[in-house]
Amino acid sequence: MGFQRITLTVNDLVETVDVPTNMTLLQMLRDKLSLTGTKNGCTAGECGACTVLMNGEPVNSCMVLAAECEGATIITVEGLAKGGQLSKVQQAIIKTGGVQCGFCTPGMLISATALLARNTNPTEHEIREALVGNLCRCTGYVRIVEAVKEAAKM
Amino acid sequence: MANVKNKENNPSPIGASLPRNDVYEKVTGSAVYTEDIQFGNKILYARVKRSPLPHALIKKVDVSKARALPGVKAVITGADFPNKIGLYLKDKNILAIDRVRFIGEGVAAVAAVSNEIAMKALELIDVEYEELEPVFDAVYGASKEAPLIHPNLGDYSVPNFIFPKPGTNIANHFKIRKGNLEEAWPKCKYIVERTFKIPHIQHVPIETHVATAMMDDKGKITLWASSQSPFAQRALIAECLEISPTDLRVIAPFVGGGFGCKAGVTMEAIPVALATKCKGWPVKFVLTREEEFYTNFVRQGLTITVKVGCDEKGRLLGLKNMMYFDGGGSTEYGVNVTRAAGYSSSGPYDIESVETDSICVYTNHPIGGAYRGFGMSELHTGLDQAMDELAEKAGLDKVEFLKMNTVKEGDKLDTGMIMHANGVNQCIDNVAKSIHWTDAVKPSSPDKLRGRGIAIMWKAPAMPPNAGSSAWVELAEDGHVTVGLGGQEIGQGTFTVMAQMAAAALGVPYENVRIAGPVDTQYSPYEWQTVASRLTWSMGNAVRNAALDARKQILDVVAQAWHENADDLDIVNGIVVSYKTEQETSLKNIAIYGIPKENDQGWVGGPIIGRGSFMPSYVTGLDPETGQGTRSVVHYTTGCEALDIEIDKNTGKITVLKAAAAFDVGRAINPTLVKSQIEGGFVQGLSSAMFEEIMLRKGVMINPSFVDYRIATAPDVDFPIDTPFVEVPQDDGPWGARGVGEHPMVPTIAALGNAIYNATGLRLPGPPYSAEKIYLAMQDAGIVK
Repeated sequence: MGFQRITLTVNDLVETVDVPTNMTLLQMLRDKLSLTGTKNGCTAGECGACTVLMNGEPVNSCMVLAAECEGATIITVEGLAKGGQLSKVQQAIIKTGGVQCGFCTPGMLISATALLARNTNPTEHEIREALVGNLCRCTGYVRIVEAVKEAAKM
Repeated sequence: MANVKNKENNPSPIGASLPRNDVYEKVTGSAVYTEDIQFGNKILYARVKRSPLPHALIKKVDVSKARALPGVKAVITGADFPNKIGLYLKDKNILAIDRVRFIGEGVAAVAAVSNEIAMKALELIDVEYEELEPVFDAVYGASKEAPLIHPNLGDYSVPNFIFPKPGTNIANHFKIRKGNLEEAWPKCKYIVERTFKIPHIQHVPIETHVATAMMDDKGKITLWASSQSPFAQRALIAECLEISPTDLRVIAPFVGGGFGCKAGVTMEAIPVALATKCKGWPVKFVLTREEEFYTNFVRQGLTITVKVGCDEKGRLLGLKNMMYFDGGGSTEYGVNVTRAAGYSSSGPYDIESVETDSICVYTNHPIGGAYRGFGMSELHTGLDQAMDELAEKAGLDKVEFLKMNTVKEGDKLDTGMIMHANGVNQCIDNVAKSIHWTDAVKPSSPDKLRGRGIAIMWKAPAMPPNAGSSAWVELAEDGHVTVGLGGQEIGQGTFTVMAQMAAAALGVPYENVRIAGPVDTQYSPYEWQTVASRLTWSMGNAVRNAALDARKQILDVVAQAWHENADDLDIVNGIVVSYKTEQETSLKNIAIYGIPKENDQGWVGGPIIGRGSFMPSYVTGLDPETGQGTRSVVHYTTGCEALDIEIDKNTGKITVLKAAAAFDVGRAINPTLVKSQIEGGFVQGLSSAMFEEIMLRKGVMINPSFVDYRIATAPDVDFPIDTPFVEVPQDDGPWGARGVGEHPMVPTIAALGNAIYNATGLRLPGPPYSAEKIYLAMQDAGIVK
């Protein structure tokens, strides 16, 4: 088991981290950078709780090796608000009531952010498809989908 | 009254869809869940050695090699902790001692400096088993032929309302004998008898179980856990370890979903046990998703046979209900599911003669615990489909049949309890209207079949008769209020609703009320458990009482200082006002330091702390042979759901066109939160109806991952869900409120089963109603080739 030194940008900050070669991006974010907003739900890329943006694309960070992230730009839920101002999706999900236990919320917000970055006026069908990889057990998705529609209008 | 801020300008927080008070943390990622708590470098990781066999004697456990592995700080086996543990029937150990009873049961546990080393240590633990004949079916398990899974059942400690049968695998047998069924059957013009099998499912919280424990040098333990039951965990683990409950402090942060699986005590006891062997070291235990699926808590499977009959007008006359619950290797919690399903076995139907046998059977399957609905989903899946068939046989419209037969205020229930006022018929009307029940409908194409189904439900909080809540309310110098409570925010919004209630009872703005969280048994007041849809009602009463107590103290002090009558004073928007003299003063001035007397002659008042508690006093025992008693439960929440669906003839796939779900919540303290519970619960119910099954083959769960255990995703819910809830006040609920957390997932399987029947004429023996099953059934019936 070796280590690798990587340099990457996380939430607009340049970080240099020594990671074991078998460490996942999720583990690096949580254990090395203390960014615990991104959650682990299955360690198998199935539930989406660990979703972060990697070079603009939503990825399951439990399925990405940290060592693969040399030079990458990562955004986590902690990086969505800018200068204390919540992002549109964050504001919208508060307004529509799309948060209950909150455990799926970071992943949902990231997937929704990625969707709206590539599609400024998604249909409901497109929203649901974009969120298919983010499991939620509390809300039934109703108010989360409403939030993305709301954010698109803001 | 120019300066007096009267009540009209300050709308009450009760009934207002105020924004949640925990949502900022959750959307920014700063909300702390148990695995997020930072312990620094001094931390150990726990892993558990699990049985690969469903039923076996443990002949030998050799941990010597594991103990010797560098980085391993402790290895424990069942024998290190000989006392039994359990909420109702104490039939479990922290780790198995002489026998394993399901695949995945813990046999030994390791604490090591890394997860990898802990896993390596597990491989070095040698366990010698002697296989025993297993039991994989509840009906078989209850028979004389089945081998005994708990030969010492007679020795287990059990409360006086649970009835195990020593010498058998029957952990509890609850009976209802009401009226005279023998005489009722001949009077029935129509009778239906059906058997349904409901499989095991799992709660699937997105956050798996997490618990970290540490014992300090004085021997005091702190447990941080994703928990619905900090106080119950304290009590049960302390009892098992023979320590004082106040020497085990439980801290419970936000919970990433519970649904019952984080109630009672399960895996939390293991890091506590390990911690006692490594003083000063926190031991963290996080269940993998696979472990979550089958090693901890699941929902029992049920085989239910319903025989129900009505007269020529459709009035129900008799019900015989036979339920065999597949309880798994331990039924310490599941025995009460059987009891609750038993005493509520008539559903919200008024039936003169009822005979129910609700039996909890030990099997070598995963442990059945508390799951949202607590037996009601399984019960209603059978009951409401049998009723659907009976209504059809009697040639009656299903909505009319239901409304004619629902329990009304004053009716004698299956246990003899007298029913309170309830809105079930309004729920039925709302749902029927929403789904356009009386309109004729057609499939959207020749390839489709169209159908609608409706089902009703009820549920009471299933608790011991003395489950209590308590709360305190404290004011600070700025007039802001802190509410101390012991219930957990698991997503349902209880922290928000309690703040609304405290604000309303005290007379302060909702924004100025905060909840003293995380719940910490060292400081927080007692709460039985966050289960049973009880907090809004029970803890709500305690919080309201505490706020009213604080209010009284404040008004008494001000009345004394102003030489007025406390009855002429009020607190509005954080200001104490006199309706008589129009004098006012802000709470800021007086909540800590009191009020100065005239001419500098001292002070009156001082720090304001209100206290409140609530425990129902009126729940009575039930006769062990007949299930009859004065008051079986505190109250019932009733409701109704309906689905409008299409089925694709080519694939069997169900498309839901519309859903309607209505529940009588007494009073909606926060309507958006009520609707959110109904939406989320309905979808969980739909998921259990369409997709979910723990597939057990000879005791092995063959689908313990999200690849093969499918839960509803966003695209599955692409139809409108209407939630026209009803408010018929609960006499002893705060502002009339009663709970609704569990209820929305209860009638969903039956509603879908009834819709499938309406579309195809086919009634499947049980969920999940997968496309494959429906297609093959249609093929068998000749509906498709």
